[in-house]
Amino acid sequence: MSDNNHFTRRGLLKTAAGAALVSGVSAPAILRAQTADVIRIGHLTPRTGFLGPLGEYAVMAIDLAVEEINASGGMMGRKVEVLKEDSVNPQTASSKAERMIERDKVACIIGEISSASCLTIAQVASRNKTLFINTGANSDALRGKDCQRYMFHVESQNSMYVKTVGRSFLRDGLVKGKKWYSLTADYAFGHDLLKVSKRFMETNGGNFVGDDLVPTDATDFSAYLLKIREAKPDLVVINLSGNQITNFLKQYAEFGLTFPVGGFGFDTALAWAAGKGNFVGTWPVVWHHLLETPGSKAFVAAFTKKYSKPPENQAWGEYVAAKIVAQTVNEIKSAESPKIIEQFEKGAKYDVLKTRPGYFRASDHQLMHEMYAVTALPADKVKNQWDIFTSSPPVPGPDEDLEVIAATKEENSCTFPS
Amino acid sequence: MSAMLLAQQILNGLLDGVYYLLIALGLSLIFSLGGIVNLAHGAFYAIGAYLTLVLSPYLGFGGAFVAAPIAVALLGMAIERTLFRRFYRSDPILSLLMTFGLAMVAEQALRMIFGAPPLSFSIPPWLRGQVAIGSFIYSFYRVVLLGIAATCVAGLWLLLQKTSFGRVVRAGVQNPDMVGALGISLQPYMSAVAALGIGLAGLAGVLLAPIYSIHPAMGQEIITPAFVVVVIGGLGSFWGVVAAALLVGLVKGLMVGIGYSAASTAAIYLLMLLVLLFRPRGLFGERITRFE
Repeated sequence: MSDNNHFTRRGLLKTAAGAALVSGVSAPAILRAQTADVIRIGHLTPRTGFLGPLGEYAVMAIDLAVEEINASGGMMGRKVEVLKEDSVNPQTASSKAERMIERDKVACIIGEISSASCLTIAQVASRNKTLFINTGANSDALRGKDCQRYMFHVESQNSMYVKTVGRSFLRDGLVKGKKWYSLTADYAFGHDLLKVSKRFMETNGGNFVGDDLVPTDATDFSAYLLKIREAKPDLVVINLSGNQITNFLKQYAEFGLTFPVGGFGFDTALAWAAGKGNFVGTWPVVWHHLLETPGSKAFVAAFTKKYSKPPENQAWGEYVAAKIVAQTVNEIKSAESPKIIEQFEKGAKYDVLKTRPGYFRASDHQLMHEMYAVTALPADKVKNQWDIFTSSPPVPGPDEDLEVIAATKEENSCTFPS
Repeated sequence: MSAMLLAQQILNGLLDGVYYLLIALGLSLIFSLGGIVNLAHGAFYAIGAYLTLVLSPYLGFGGAFVAAPIAVALLGMAIERTLFRRFYRSDPILSLLMTFGLAMVAEQALRMIFGAPPLSFSIPPWLRGQVAIGSFIYSFYRVVLLGIAATCVAGLWLLLQKTSFGRVVRAGVQNPDMVGALGISLQPYMSAVAALGIGLAGLAGVLLAPIYSIHPAMGQEIITPAFVVVVIGGLGSFWGVVAAALLVGLVKGLMVGIGYSAASTAAIYLLMLLVLLFRPRGLFGERITRFE
């Protein structure tokens, strides 16, 4: 609209050169130290997109864990260095994993939340015979038909989530002969979870009165809420993920619906984001910041000191995965992936900050450990923005085998590709 | 599905469309007058939501409702003066790249200031509850929201149709050179339109903060459907955008209502495709010479 704004080729070149300069300076990859006595760990997790908020906790926790590992002598006396990247999507995740292994010679890769990206990283890791520990992807298929020799899972599988919180639903009489209405995230994770939750309902004599798939970019749930109100279910079951859960909870409270709510997938950060009064229902978690074990208390204290807020369950995944690797390397005096894997498959026990130690099940590489069902506190009982739920005792109980909540061979079987 | 539920879904779908309207109207105005496709529009919506969160403890929700959109509008005006202004006469692809970059900078800035995890914010107690219209029970907050949005739309329409300011803006949309020849500089009008459009996005941020998850990338969630609305509605057409917003809300709501929720997002893109095939200028799009 004025004459001084016309666009010149020289102007564009100058801008482009400036942009190139800025991006060149900020590229971290070039500046990496190439010292031989450092052990590198690769960390990949989504830091943008709908899982980004959870990825941020993962990054905070892996930094803390590596700091602590180095403070207590590193791995075999060598300093540990962590390379962190945003995994973005399955394709990017795979090419970044490739680069970390081939160029940066990482000893192992830790991370991921998305089940789809987890699979592509695992394929790269297996091809290169490098250990990959999944800390956040839940789908049963990753421990079943897509299982890989070099992939281990600190994160629980969907079956463990369903059976853990399922016990609370059974105890409260919300299953047998009851009507459920479910909302399911329309992607790999959601479909896998819906399959497992339908199996649970069939086994225990309940049925679904409604079952909607929700696009991952949906933000408004009013249309679903009207259907739920009409269907009058005994339990609203949430198989959603990421910000969907927060949006749902806020709007469920807004519409004043009072049917009991439960979920089969959950992250504490999403409940914190919904806030007191909006957060309702009973949900399964792998870990939460209110556990009274000495390990958890120390972790929560260290994390809160460093970041001024308590860790959520995704932070636990990264923290214990890094600690498990460090402990193993120091015990077997080797950072070679095949040797670490051998040790894992022997059923070595690890402190996972709970009442019982955990171990990897050799048949599908799933970490066997206790889980918890958390129930939202009523708004008037909430004292601060973090402590907004109460927890069940560990599931399975002290007298039970840790494997009772995991998928059986019939439900989900794994044959490692040789 | 009962007729009652169908009626509820239709009504709810129309209401849902109103939220897109606040974003889409600003988007359409800025594009019509300046030729700038503002991909950063969603970021201003996110900034509006975050400002609500920051201001509410001091001013209350009512105070934030007034202050946050004004702050966002001022920010919009500053960005128009420093950035948009340089691109009015250049290839649209350049302004597209500029606003795309701006959106990323804004999102990352929010992430650096407030952290990546979503933050909590609830409906203030005095706006909670349900209203019953016959046997249709609906959230009181959304009824209030509808009232505010309708007031904004009516106000904007009056401003554009009944004031001399509006006449210059409309003339500028049709033929900026002629407006210039008549001795009127469009520059201050552009600033005002940018402030208005971006302020509306900020207002949408305030209104939706209590019911949507507040996180740095929330702008991306709303910008795409808002663009779809603008494309369906047609450039330069006020009522086209209004009709398109309601139509998009309706289609999305009905898809959920009749049990095809998985296709509810895809349906609005299909709708856009159909409109582009049969009416490339949009539903009520006007012929704008300089965009032909």
